[in-house]
Amino acid sequence: MLGLRALTAATVGAAAVLAAGFAAADGHGDKPKYGGHFTYVIPSKAPPSLDAHRETTYGVIHPVRPYYSTLLRVNPADPSSDVYVCDLCLGDVPEPTNGGKTYTFKLKSGVKFHDGTPLTSADVKASFDKIIFPPEGVSSARKSFYMMVDSVTTPDASTVVFNLKYASSAFIPALAAPYNFIYSKAKLDADIHWYEKNILGSGPFILDEYQSGAQITGTKNPNYYLKGLPYLDRITGVFANKESIQVQALRGNRASAQFRGFPPKTRDDLVRALGDKATVQETDWNCVLLATPNHSRKPFDDVRVRRALTLALDRWGGSEYLSKIAIVKTVGGIVYPKSKLAATKEELMQLDGYKADLEASRARARELLKEAGIDLSKTYILNNRAVDQPYKVVGVWLLDQWRQIGLNFEQQVKPTGPFYASLREKGDFDVSIDFNCQSIVNPPIDTSKYLSSDINPANYSRVVDRKMDELYNDMLLEADPAKQRVKMRTYEKYVLHDQVTQMITLWWFRTTVHRSHFKGWKISPSHYLGQALDTVWLDPDADK
Amino acid sequence: MNVAATTVDAAPTEKTLLQKIGRMARRQPLGAVSGIMILIMVLVALLADIVAPHDPLKMNFIDQLAAPSATYLLGTDELGRDILSRIIYGSRTALFIGFVSAFIGATLGLVLGVTSAYLGGWFDLIFQRIVDIFMAFPLIIMALAIVSVFGSGVGNVIIAITIPFIPKCARVVRSSALALREIPYIDAARACGYSHVRIVLVHMVPNVMAPYLIMVTSFVGQAILLEASLSYLGLGVQEPTAAWGLMLRGGAEQFFESAPWVAIFPGLAITLAVFAFNLFGDSLRDALDPKLRSS
Repeated sequence: MLGLRALTAATVGAAAVLAAGFAAADGHGDKPKYGGHFTYVIPSKAPPSLDAHRETTYGVIHPVRPYYSTLLRVNPADPSSDVYVCDLCLGDVPEPTNGGKTYTFKLKSGVKFHDGTPLTSADVKASFDKIIFPPEGVSSARKSFYMMVDSVTTPDASTVVFNLKYASSAFIPALAAPYNFIYSKAKLDADIHWYEKNILGSGPFILDEYQSGAQITGTKNPNYYLKGLPYLDRITGVFANKESIQVQALRGNRASAQFRGFPPKTRDDLVRALGDKATVQETDWNCVLLATPNHSRKPFDDVRVRRALTLALDRWGGSEYLSKIAIVKTVGGIVYPKSKLAATKEELMQLDGYKADLEASRARARELLKEAGIDLSKTYILNNRAVDQPYKVVGVWLLDQWRQIGLNFEQQVKPTGPFYASLREKGDFDVSIDFNCQSIVNPPIDTSKYLSSDINPANYSRVVDRKMDELYNDMLLEADPAKQRVKMRTYEKYVLHDQVTQMITLWWFRTTVHRSHFKGWKISPSHYLGQALDTVWLDPDADK
Repeated sequence: MNVAATTVDAAPTEKTLLQKIGRMARRQPLGAVSGIMILIMVLVALLADIVAPHDPLKMNFIDQLAAPSATYLLGTDELGRDILSRIIYGSRTALFIGFVSAFIGATLGLVLGVTSAYLGGWFDLIFQRIVDIFMAFPLIIMALAIVSVFGSGVGNVIIAITIPFIPKCARVVRSSALALREIPYIDAARACGYSHVRIVLVHMVPNVMAPYLIMVTSFVGQAILLEASLSYLGLGVQEPTAAWGLMLRGGAEQFFESAPWVAIFPGLAITLAVFAFNLFGDSLRDALDPKLRSS
């Protein structure tokens, strides 16, 4: 009994500290205000399903995250850092035991799903089992992130233990992914696909209504386990895929925020129109656009041709010019450029396609095409996604770059469904635009994108290269950060320079614009993060 | 002696093509103006390689969103491409798609419409109900549905625009052909043992050319507008191909306030082209209408 009281006291205390911390961390230093109806724009169509475990799009996170809890989360007070805080777990993120192979999480007590049923360790285990060990016929988009996990056990109703096969620095960041909603075991047992069409969580807001592709509305959860939160009474997410509609919603004060990001010109227009009623936040983005050659198609099975493609790209110039019109900016390798594991500019400039002398690179590219006997009168296919920012802008830029070494590409722009069908099943492209967008900055896991296609089906190049896979594993299992960085460079050089299995174009740059009366939200390197909306509030005085 | 002189005076004077055009221009001045506009468009499209001042695909990032100037008469877009050159090359896309889909659509409609009128009975009844179904859909909706099935690209856009034209032309041509069917020379052709195909193609089709020509002309304007609409919606031709509708999306929407020339000039090109073809079609109708001609 005493233990329960102490536990409750500790929970309330921790929640109060967390809430105070979130509030104090607000850039404006304002005191949070309670109440209000917050409307935001979701720059997406309706998601394919409501089950975040199987989806990869922010189109499911932005509308649905406020209704769920996760075990861990990125610190909302400092979302750009690699500091994680407990959401459903108690206290601080636990230190591993058993040589880094066992993580034991204690859960907060008294947490309930919105239907009133208690949330226990069984629900957490059922959710992570679905993510890590999905049964046949169940899709889990990030299953490969948890290769190190051996089992999930529940010694009691408030304890969850993750047993790893090997110690890994990538485990805790993977666990904090915003997609890891905790579902009800009872619902999953009844129908494991139930969450694809339904919402039932334990998050800060309770669902009122969801109109697919139109809007989603929720009300404050009075029993939310973080005491004092959320500040808002009501939230509404409005789906608006077209940028002009998003902009008009912000300008007309019909919505207070859009969380994905805007191109620079739109930012300038909004600031010009709204003045100090608009707040701009910017950061590098853990999202990169790739050019993926199809290794199963001639002549792109020839490394000389792939090398010519990367040599043709003026990445440094493109960064300068495209950043004025698109949401891309930073030149980088396979690792998020702000990470400690990322290549420096000097290291990048050793790689083909990143060197200072562009004309020499392009001359070499022409030589390689000649050596490979490429028919320059032929037109090749660039598969692209029917999304302006940044896909189509970068796609047109790529065509121009390759035209300068004599290669002609025709762009086939497809809606998201057919675009993925081409990438995954059909393979009816010579080169395709592709992307690697991750939530948590976790380079050892994020770079698994470049593993052989038979190991990671998300590598759409159809490459199989065991040496590349060995280099990745060598880097992944390295515990020493300095050595891991060196091994990351070796892996990166193999992917981008030696074999050119895929090409990095430019990393994205995130610019958000929201109404200044919307407070308490901080930009992060991912548009998947910071969407719980429990620590944000509205300040009507800011509009006066 | 006077007989010969009288004979010469009585014979109708054979007018040259130029004289005929001159007479039509006097009677239909708006038609003449639109004809000249179409002629200029066709010439510009054919001679695009010569008249375009810049490569329409070349990006000049130093000149991103440059205002109209001596170097770039109509300015540049967000990728530094010359807008005038893209409009000139875009006329190729517009006219190619416009003419091809209008010609194929109207011709198939002509043959099917005349056949339907000639055969009558069950064929006519069923064919006209199919035409009713097709005509129940607005042109753009039908084209959108077709392009959604077949995908984007020039070839598929032509198919998407052509299909809705077929029933429209078939319905108009059928009404003229119904009257023709009752004229004795068709019975005479049957009596001579000519095949149905010969009667339709050789004896009926040439006699409904007036409505056909009018439909073709009006279809070209509609096709240009449809192509621009589909491209604007991202379902038509794709970047970097120069196309007027395509020039109105993306950067044109984003930069309209600070660089209005990005949207204004392609919009103007579409307006003028559609205006010219519609006006020409109207004038052609007036010129070919016997009632209006006699008055």
